[in-house]
Amino acid sequence: MSDSYTLAKIIFGRLTWESFPIHEPILIGTFIMVLIGGIGVVGAITKYRLWGYLWTEWFTTVDHKRIGIMYMILGLIMFLRGFADAIMMRLQQAMAFNGSEGYLNAHHYDQIFTAHGVIMIFFVAMPMVTGLMNYIVPLQIGARDVSFPFLNNFSFWMTTAGAVTVMMSLFVGEFARTGWLAYPPLSGIAYSPDVGVDYYIWALQIAGVGTLLSGVNLIATIVKMRAPGMSMMKMPIFTWTSLCTNVLIVAAFPVLTAVLALLSLDRYAGTAFFTNDFGGNAMMYVNLIWIWGHPEVYILILPAFGIFSEVTSTFSGKRLFGYTSMVYATVVITILSYIVWLHHFFTMGSGASVNSFFGITTMVISIPTGAKIFNWLFTMYRGRIRFELPMMWTVAFMLTFVVGGMTGVLLAVPPADFVLHNSLFLIAHFHNVIIGGVLFGLFAGINYWWPKAFGFKLDTVWGKRSFWLWVVGFWFAFMPLYILGLMGVTRRMRVFDDPSLQIWFMIAAFGAFMIAAGIACMLMQFYVSIRDREKLRDTTGDPWDGRTLEWATSSPPPDYNFAFTPVIHDGDAWADMKKRGYQRPVEGFRPIHMPSNTGTGIILAGLSVAFSVGMIWYMWWLAAISFVGILAVAIGHTFNYKRDFHIPVEDVVRTEGERTKLLATQG
Amino acid sequence: MSTRPIPGQPFVQRRSMRFLAPLLLLPLSACNWVVMNPAGDVAVQQRDLILISTGLMLLIILPVMALTVLFAWRYRHSAKNPDYDPDWDHSTSLELIIWSAPLLIIICLGAVTWTSTHLLDPYRPVERIDAGRKVAPGVKPLEVQVVAMDWKWLFIYPELGIATVNELAAPLDRPISFKLTSSTVMNSFYVPALAGQIYAMPGMQTVLHAVVNKPGNYEGFSANYSGAGFSHMRFRFHALDEGGFDRWVAGVKSGGGALDRPAYLALEKPSEKDPVRRFSTVDASLFDSVVNLCARPGQRCMSELMHIDAMGGAGKESAHDTRGLRHDGPNGHDPLERGALQKEPEEKGASPHLMKDGDRPPPGKTPTGHQHDNRDMTMDMPARPAAPHHPDAPAPAHAHTS
Repeated sequence: MSDSYTLAKIIFGRLTWESFPIHEPILIGTFIMVLIGGIGVVGAITKYRLWGYLWTEWFTTVDHKRIGIMYMILGLIMFLRGFADAIMMRLQQAMAFNGSEGYLNAHHYDQIFTAHGVIMIFFVAMPMVTGLMNYIVPLQIGARDVSFPFLNNFSFWMTTAGAVTVMMSLFVGEFARTGWLAYPPLSGIAYSPDVGVDYYIWALQIAGVGTLLSGVNLIATIVKMRAPGMSMMKMPIFTWTSLCTNVLIVAAFPVLTAVLALLSLDRYAGTAFFTNDFGGNAMMYVNLIWIWGHPEVYILILPAFGIFSEVTSTFSGKRLFGYTSMVYATVVITILSYIVWLHHFFTMGSGASVNSFFGITTMVISIPTGAKIFNWLFTMYRGRIRFELPMMWTVAFMLTFVVGGMTGVLLAVPPADFVLHNSLFLIAHFHNVIIGGVLFGLFAGINYWWPKAFGFKLDTVWGKRSFWLWVVGFWFAFMPLYILGLMGVTRRMRVFDDPSLQIWFMIAAFGAFMIAAGIACMLMQFYVSIRDREKLRDTTGDPWDGRTLEWATSSPPPDYNFAFTPVIHDGDAWADMKKRGYQRPVEGFRPIHMPSNTGTGIILAGLSVAFSVGMIWYMWWLAAISFVGILAVAIGHTFNYKRDFHIPVEDVVRTEGERTKLLATQG
Repeated sequence: MSTRPIPGQPFVQRRSMRFLAPLLLLPLSACNWVVMNPAGDVAVQQRDLILISTGLMLLIILPVMALTVLFAWRYRHSAKNPDYDPDWDHSTSLELIIWSAPLLIIICLGAVTWTSTHLLDPYRPVERIDAGRKVAPGVKPLEVQVVAMDWKWLFIYPELGIATVNELAAPLDRPISFKLTSSTVMNSFYVPALAGQIYAMPGMQTVLHAVVNKPGNYEGFSANYSGAGFSHMRFRFHALDEGGFDRWVAGVKSGGGALDRPAYLALEKPSEKDPVRRFSTVDASLFDSVVNLCARPGQRCMSELMHIDAMGGAGKESAHDTRGLRHDGPNGHDPLERGALQKEPEEKGASPHLMKDGDRPPPGKTPTGHQHDNRDMTMDMPARPAAPHHPDAPAPAHAHTS
């Protein structure tokens, strides 16, 4: 008996039947819905024989455009999960008054707020930002793909593998109950002995590989693959912000990897970096995680700033005001974002001079940020603004974000932070900048570039419904949190004593439901647009009278993006080409050299998931085998010499000929 | 959140508020916004700083918002404004303004930040009782030692020789000097009515100086998530007049109860929703030993080790001497604390989804059966029997194998 018991332990590690949440009605319900949905999707794919198509055209693709779209889909799916967590928290906090424990116990609630933060940052905002950069940057600089197409595919699948790992924790075992940054000693093995923190560590480590490599890839692409004539100061502003973001990624993510590696050593090998044992120092973790964590928020917001710049300029029908100062502002923000991390823990007992230094550097960031806002304002000035959906999101951003920026600077004043730190005021602040900045930017970007990616515009009726519900819902959901923060209410509370607070939580929950309706309208917008795609069709490739190169090619662009690499004479390259009467070449095409698809990325990512499962559940054999597998496949891939092919000239001629005909019908 | 403003002293009249727009305050005076209407001078100054900074920033935020709406309206496409200029993208004078306006405001705010951060540094003893009164020379602050525990607060009054759990009291207008630490994980000590928060962290000591001016019964809590019992980690802070405080102290002293090491170790066990407890005597060296992670018999104090290190270290052979250096976990040398890779298969235990916090199964025992009944460990958490102490227990074997 005891032999088989040990054998089971060796095979399954600490996985037992009790690891499955069979006593949790909420999770069982979710599981059944996921199961039904999953069977439906798999069944449909099988019925319509789409597996082969998906594998050859999507899963193994190295086309930056398809990878970009897959990133967006991943972000959207994870967004629904992260938002479900948000709604559950809002409900719990609106209910748990007057002695009521609400409907979530601590075990469940504490996982939810941790998962919400982790998912929204790592698996929603990051994939969506990366997806847009992936899709747009090569088009904006007139390139045919990114520098390292296979690496791009691999990066995407590693990010997905991280997301899969997080989602697994919903039904097998549990997620961390530590808050999204997992401060030790709480996240150490002594206080979190179960699998939650291990899920957290491995999900982020795997996804981190993807993020870091995608950063390297995009830097190389932007630096090396710009069209002739496009000097750095003629790059579109979105490309500039992408460049800065990826520099931040490459410089910051290794710190995250290192600090999580140290934490896992503490948990797996019994070291004492962050424990109370043996003189470990948890403050070291807090410093390191924020040295990554603060640049991270600029990693998210900078591309959003780039999107707003493109959108404002396009829809105002004007050149961007102050391009040069915009570029310098971006670079200054990039640099400054490294010397502000301590403002996340003024309250941990640093001296007054240290706190002042980091407080003031934080405030200094608001100067270039303010300059950016003025630049958008003066781009609108003397323009003719078309209030299409992307521009509506931009104006909503400008009005929302300044409030978030103001409360951010307020929190940077250390004595003010002493009373507001960790309060709901802080929660309201960072949702104000992340939703009002990053998310509104992503929505502007999605509405702006959707016609480029799919060849038809998004429906405006549902788009406007979604816009208003989102914007108004946001104010309802987060203004009460500012007020609650000033009432001294702290974050991550599950139950409350003071009944007078309840009304504010109910208003916030109401706002969250408005946002839910906004999300529903957005999904409806996608559905209706796809249904009515013929009516919404754009055949010009340039539906908004765009100014940058991505609008010079067809929508959706051909695999090779541009039949001839354009020569650039101006920052607003496409506007300049249009003004000077650019004639699209219709002959003289040549075969085009392109990278080949490969399944290595998805295989490596699959092995990584197996490795993380092995590590999380202490199934050492699985971890060892899959690790060896990863090495073998990676090394094997280096012997794959069939990495490229030429698109035959006939194909190019046919594709371009079709577009010529299409354009001719425009008159 | 249950501050009690003194009748007849509406806080708008406070001198420190004189330069603030009363408009800003109107909506506040009606509510229980404790951060905006605190009872202690430090918190009052922090509140003032919030208002000053907000005012400074509104100088630029409001025009920006107004301009956004104005430009959006005025230059809308349908207005066909005649001064449309698609190529206008630069103006040196405008650029100068848009960089220098925020710069000027940040210079002001930076100056305010530098001075206020130093003046309101939690480590700096308070120099004034309130806006009008300085601390008289020779007044000794009331010293309170705070230990954040899973999931309750222990307050030790070293001069008075008493201690309380989940109840803090202080006399009006006398500076209070808190020294804070934690028994296990990070917490943040925060009484919004009194002063800003400061973290309480294991193996470290932080300091907070404050003074309370208005009598009342205020709320205090942990402002940093610390595990399952975090939501209930609350205490009451009583600001009492001189006589009231003396009576309170006398009450604690006459109530009996001794906080010696065994009592502390029993108290240290995780528990939730603890009632107020009072101890009429307290081990004078207790707080020091908690900070140095050696409250438990057999533990070696961090201060001692740091001293050895400062003197050049104890030599190579000391590397294997790990007696008393484990602090995490209920027994201090629980084999579960070893890294997962070092465990025998049967030691690994399971990670049942329904695991109860703070109540780990002993090694080799898979919890069975009714675990889900205790899923919500916040409902009832039976006190664990105090673990037996092994002052001379050998260090875990693995520590010697390296």
